[in-house]
Amino acid sequence: MRTSELIAALAADPVPEPVHLGRRFFGAAALGVLGALALYLVFVGPRPDFAEAVRTIRFDLKFVNAAAFALPSLMLLFRLARPDARPGALALWLFAPLVLLGAAVAVEMMVVPPGQWLSRLVGDNWMYCSTMIPMMAAPILAALIVAMRAGAPLRPGWTGALAGAASAGAAALLYASHCTDDSPLFVATWYPLATLVCAGAGALLGRRFLAW
Amino acid sequence: MSAASVEGPPDDPWSSMMKAAIAGDEGVYRRLLEEISRSVRAMARAAFARARLGDADVEDAVQETLLAIHLKRHTWDPSQKLSPWVNAIARHKIIDAMRRRGARRAEPIEDFEEFLAAPAEEDPHALSDAKRLIETLSPRQRDIVRSISLDGQSIAATAARLSMTEVAVRVALHRALKSLGAAWRSSLS
Repeated sequence: MRTSELIAALAADPVPEPVHLGRRFFGAAALGVLGALALYLVFVGPRPDFAEAVRTIRFDLKFVNAAAFALPSLMLLFRLARPDARPGALALWLFAPLVLLGAAVAVEMMVVPPGQWLSRLVGDNWMYCSTMIPMMAAPILAALIVAMRAGAPLRPGWTGALAGAASAGAAALLYASHCTDDSPLFVATWYPLATLVCAGAGALLGRRFLAW
Repeated sequence: MSAASVEGPPDDPWSSMMKAAIAGDEGVYRRLLEEISRSVRAMARAAFARARLGDADVEDAVQETLLAIHLKRHTWDPSQKLSPWVNAIARHKIIDAMRRRGARRAEPIEDFEEFLAAPAEEDPHALSDAKRLIETLSPRQRDIVRSISLDGQSIAATAARLSMTEVAVRVALHRALKSLGAAWRSSLS
């Protein structure tokens, strides 16, 4: 087929409804979070001493951290929906939660005697943390992948991995209110592990569904 | 990624053409695709030459780019310029085509604005993947694509010949183009 012949076929093809990527992306993200919230309310729920916990810095830091990761990763993901995306300074924001968490771990190791490090790191809920976060992230990841399919991301695998990580960040925001392990040592170990699980799943989904 | 792209003129004609095309102007859309194909062809030729690949498969890269632009055009953001969007898609598809021919490490590919001075014409002897991929379509889809592209018939004439409604022909054509895109993609792996 000559290119001029292909062009004739393309020109005869009807015009589809324009897609507003922003509306679609953030609509999907909201829908996914609602799904995660439903799972949270049914299976997870807030910890019993939630009201007192809010007044401790370790507890609050978990939310700051999760938000500091979830927001820039979602924004970056949205940007990558376009082929001519320039990640720019937004990508650097992904380092913010790492720096924050690193500093928190350093402080924790200064104020807590070395004998307690390991028990704080392992905590009581490590198994729960590394399964509940991926479980609540699943509906968010699914919604994000569906929304990104409308776009044209250049690197399907990496984009999918970022979608997985972003969904884990949002799920961690919910999970943090349930978990009684507040030590940065715990948070810096198990939350990233759960995020890696989600990023791996996202990479697989991305390679399968985001190529175009 | 290559060096900074050359910015087009402020009253960016391609963007206005695409807006008209999305509003339903078939003639403008055809002209836009022709202009884009010439620019992308020049861009692909340069990239293939630099990777020491022959010219034989340049047209595949051009056609794949056009099809991708076509299938994603409704997600282009009209508040942005069209040419960076087209450049990104073309670069992506050219690299795919080069990998398929065994080029290992892609050299940076210049934006097509670098070549605008000498728009390239199609090599009339080039055989394309599209011909082979059309064979993977269902008989009805193949018939419709051939009728409109190769034989240059209108939607109406095709519909009359196949005793289908025009809407049905358009739907079948759209499905055929989408599966053509998918067939191209799977020929990658």
